[in-house]
Amino acid sequence: MQSPLRLERRLTQPKWLNWGVPLLSLLGALILGGIVLAATGKNPISVYMRILERGFASTDAFSRTLISATPYAFTGLAASVAFRMGLINIGGEGQLYLGTIGAAFAGIAFADQPTPIIIAAMIICGMLFGGFWASIVGVLKAKFSTNEIITSLMLNYIAAILLDYLIFNSKSYWRDPKSFGFPTGKRLVEGAYWYDMSFGPITVPFGFLVAIIAAGIMWFLYNRTRFGYEVSVIASSPSAARYAGIRTRWKIITVMSLSGALAGLGGASDVGDFRHVLDSKGVQIAGYGYTGIVVAALARLNPISAIFVAVFLGGLSNAGYALQGPDFPSGLVGTLQGLILFTAVAGEILTRYRIKRQTYVAEGVSS
Amino acid sequence: MVDYIDSKLTVTMKGIVKRFPGVVANDGVDFEARAGEVHALLGENGAGKSTLSNVLTGLYRPDEGTISLNDELVHFDSPREALERGIGMVHQHFRLVNSFTVAENIILGEQSKNIMMDTSAAIERISALATQYSIAVDPNARIWQLSVGEQQRVEILKALYHGAKILILDEPTAVLTPQEADALFVVLRSMVAEGRTVIFISHKLDEVMAVADRITVLRAGKTVSTIECATTTTRDLARLMVGRDVVFDRVVRTNHAEPDNIVLQISNIDANDDRGRQALTSIFLTVGKSEIVAIAGVAGNGQRELAEVIGGMRNATRGTVAVNNEVIPNGRVRKSMSAGVSHIPEDRLHTGLVADHSVEDNLILKSYRRAPISKFSILRRNVIRDQATDVIEKYDVKTPGTTTPVRLLSGGNVQKILLAREFNSSPSVMVISSPTRGLDVGAIENVRKRLVEAADSGVGVLLISEDLEEIFALADRILVMYEGTIVGNIAAHDATRESIGLLMGGIAIHQENN
Repeated sequence: MQSPLRLERRLTQPKWLNWGVPLLSLLGALILGGIVLAATGKNPISVYMRILERGFASTDAFSRTLISATPYAFTGLAASVAFRMGLINIGGEGQLYLGTIGAAFAGIAFADQPTPIIIAAMIICGMLFGGFWASIVGVLKAKFSTNEIITSLMLNYIAAILLDYLIFNSKSYWRDPKSFGFPTGKRLVEGAYWYDMSFGPITVPFGFLVAIIAAGIMWFLYNRTRFGYEVSVIASSPSAARYAGIRTRWKIITVMSLSGALAGLGGASDVGDFRHVLDSKGVQIAGYGYTGIVVAALARLNPISAIFVAVFLGGLSNAGYALQGPDFPSGLVGTLQGLILFTAVAGEILTRYRIKRQTYVAEGVSS
Repeated sequence: MVDYIDSKLTVTMKGIVKRFPGVVANDGVDFEARAGEVHALLGENGAGKSTLSNVLTGLYRPDEGTISLNDELVHFDSPREALERGIGMVHQHFRLVNSFTVAENIILGEQSKNIMMDTSAAIERISALATQYSIAVDPNARIWQLSVGEQQRVEILKALYHGAKILILDEPTAVLTPQEADALFVVLRSMVAEGRTVIFISHKLDEVMAVADRITVLRAGKTVSTIECATTTTRDLARLMVGRDVVFDRVVRTNHAEPDNIVLQISNIDANDDRGRQALTSIFLTVGKSEIVAIAGVAGNGQRELAEVIGGMRNATRGTVAVNNEVIPNGRVRKSMSAGVSHIPEDRLHTGLVADHSVEDNLILKSYRRAPISKFSILRRNVIRDQATDVIEKYDVKTPGTTTPVRLLSGGNVQKILLAREFNSSPSVMVISSPTRGLDVGAIENVRKRLVEAADSGVGVLLISEDLEEIFALADRILVMYEGTIVGNIAAHDATRESIGLLMGGIAIHQENN
């Protein structure tokens, strides 16, 4: 039996789809989440109201939300940048770990320097470390055509073990020698704390401003430069890229490194804005890298949208953190995030296809 | 199980008409194949051979006409239904699952009541069939481990396993080495000796003569004639295949070709195809200023590889390409471009252009690195848009705007954009493949006019085409390619359709007359 509905490829993508589909996806996720909540005996409306209140409504809550949103913004940018060339970089997580290692190193090494220099060193080292980690994936793909999904994912586990090792190894540069019992990292000097900028009642972490600037640069790079043009040709038609003499292999390495550098910058911001220490367990539990994939998907790979999506998801997880307790299931925010990704991916199909009612026309009879 | 033929099938197709938008692929074709014969379907590309076999196997439904098996009228809605009645097909592109074994591929799609696949019985039957027809294939080997020739044998076994009494092979030797082809012919002969029927689609004259009992020649969607192989010659077949009753309109040239003023010189080029098999062997050719040199030949005889070597997309394994007497580095697209080569591939929409990109972005595909299109690595959107607006006006491109994706445009307009981009790069040499394939009459006229204009302005044009009419209309000189070598070099006014047709079919001309 054939279904009476069928998908038909859209010839053009109307402009309204760009915002309409994400909004519809979000609405769908909220409805599905509401069903889950109702099934567990909770009032969906009141739960959603509380999330809104604790995630976004007060200036305090919003300031905290921006702290959570910052790493999401960077990993979202990182994923978007790679996805735009068709490189599925799942390794934002590990690249972000490397970024925290690099930033913590710079924070410790330049401890006696003035704050602007420390911050600059942390940013540069975070990007270098993250970029290096991703370049491994890029080189493997360019030279041996390995599948970047697998290599980047596997490198996440290696990065996690490396992170643990740098804390647990008693001779490690990052480890606090005074930490007895459970080992911890060296705490950074206060001069290495990133600035808090006040905009009226709202406190904006310095890293978030960097993320906005990075998003702007990425938008320009991908829409207005030769680099972005070449990336888009490779993404749309590898054979046309070859025909035009574009060096695809080199571009794979460059774009992977760029993606990793952005994730690494996210790691640096997490150390500078928030943790001020190489915190192996904390950063692993946060799972910023994986959430970055959700950010990129919801933002439809647009760097500017990624910032807004990051704030939205940051608010969700901030609210979830603040609300979790006996009457608020801790898994709820994760469930909602999952549902949002699910509906966003489903919605993505609608941007490329439209649903049509099947009409049966005997092929041979027509004409 | 069927190990021998218990009933013989004669298939008769009468008055088959199959239309596609804008083309009549089959225009009243009559065809009959009897049990126990190898029946060749001969014709140029586009003559309607594949359409006819797709009609026979139920992939297409004919608009008019009837199919009957042993005088019983039949209708097939799918290849599966055709196979149930004993008609199987081996396609040019194999339909095998690479990670499955031979046996798994063969029983794929078999209706079974058991949940578990029972391959042991199948393997036994496959081995029996393989021995019977001396088809050497290990049923437990995985497809990716097999050579192309072996994969083809798997396809044949698959059809036999499912009870095919009439086996259609679409250009089966295109992917085979000569030795593999000979082995295939032995298998085919042993199948017809058993009372099966083989329908053998080909454009190669000598192989048709070698394997077939009878030959049906198709031309432009019509049956030209059905003849006994024993009563004909390759020369007659060539004449039937290409026809000779068309008068060509030569395009008027304002500037005469200067074949001695060489702009493109290719010396002793060898190159491999994508699979690493040798595709070009010792190619020598020259193109002069303002000269249009055509390369005739059936697709797949090395034309694409030659064009890609000149365009720098493919490495030559031997020999040199020189433009304006300077050797260009091997396999470097940008070097070829800057030396003055413009290469227009046959796959216009996916290689020559980026289908999803806008008109304006496609026009800069080769110039985006240079001023005025970009400065300090930054694209200058105003300049790009102005250039596109200019081209749209000058070349009369029908498009809603400069930002419309080119995939939405008609074939003729797509080709206009490609030509405009290439002419704007002011090349010395233009290599263009099948420039009018798939275009309508008006667009064809336009493209040809542009090509002649280019030649008149001094560009040396290497025109790669299967369309003899086009070649006769445009070329100053005709080269024929067959199996990776150039087998003929004839001035256009000395060439006849028959002589070119013979060369295309792989028959060397013996210097008897003309």
